[in-house]
Amino acid sequence: MIYLQLFFEFFQIGLFAIGGGLATLPFLERLSERTGWYTLADLANMIAISEATPGPIGINMATYTGFHVGGVLGAVIATLGVIFPATVIVLIVARFLQRFSKSMLVQDVFYGLRPASVGLICSAALSVLLISLLNGEAFRATGQLLKLFDWKSIVLAVALYLAMNKWKLHPALYIAIAAVVGIVFRFAH
Amino acid sequence: MNIYADIFLTFSRVGAFTFGGGYSMLPIVQREVVERRGWVSEQEVLDFYSISQVMPGIIAVNTSIFIGNQVKGWRGGVLAALGVAFPSLIIIMVIAAFIANFVDLPAVQDAFAGIRACVFVLILRSILKLFKGAVVDIFTLALCVVIFLLSVFIDINPILYVVGAGLLAVGWRMAGRAKKA
Repeated sequence: MIYLQLFFEFFQIGLFAIGGGLATLPFLERLSERTGWYTLADLANMIAISEATPGPIGINMATYTGFHVGGVLGAVIATLGVIFPATVIVLIVARFLQRFSKSMLVQDVFYGLRPASVGLICSAALSVLLISLLNGEAFRATGQLLKLFDWKSIVLAVALYLAMNKWKLHPALYIAIAAVVGIVFRFAH
Repeated sequence: MNIYADIFLTFSRVGAFTFGGGYSMLPIVQREVVERRGWVSEQEVLDFYSISQVMPGIIAVNTSIFIGNQVKGWRGGVLAALGVAFPSLIIIMVIAAFIANFVDLPAVQDAFAGIRACVFVLILRSILKLFKGAVVDIFTLALCVVIFLLSVFIDINPILYVVGAGLLAVGWRMAGRAKKA
């Protein structure tokens, strides 16, 4: 039953992803490997669309994955799944708000959770690096080290990084620029 | 207007105008919830937001639930969560349906190859920001690096790393305090 599985998978992500939309990334990467519901390239596209459209990234990722796997019903179920655990937890925590935030034990836990989340996100980012800036297939086919690097993408990435340092524009704008550059310079061919 | 409908619609607006991560919701929450509705104070919004950052779930959703709960109890919290998620549901489904039909076109593949490079840069920048807040001393640095390496080379459920890191941090802090005392 794919809908039940969708709900359960996103319930887990909603329960264990701590620290915002990107924290869902390591879980989605693993979900892709385990279920084959979508490829890592699909995942990168999902991130792009989630970043470029309104709505919190975590919600967008759940909706997009759910739709990809199970259509409209899948999208609704994945989205409800990802917000369900937090809804219950937040409503409980709200009742004990004062005591909760001052508890030393809770502060100790979060002291460890934050760097752990960053480590996990870094590892997921490595997968994005492999499919966005490197070209494993051409390297394996030819054995030439120079073929490993997708030079067009690397130049674009460096240019975008520098541009973002200089101008604090909306991410959607940079994504749109990258799409146009990709089409004009035929990045996939 | 019915207060529950008002909560749902207000947080739908918050969802519709939030681009990116949780922090990008704050300006619109301030305008819609604090200034226009007067449901909560600016200070309360900040408190809710801070706590939401270190709780399971999506920051923007958690913050919305805290505010909705403050306005009208648990029903308010649930409607705020549904409201903030609603625009994404509609917009993403339309886009996903649209993209699915054109994904094999060469131009679309070229566009996404460019977009992927951009996404990597966006993620890298987010990580740098998160890193500054999370890695505050040698223990958190070690934890971050070790978990990064483990998760690259050992394929187990990330949940185990999260739980392990929490336990380890509690032990480390307790040991530190015991030593001082």
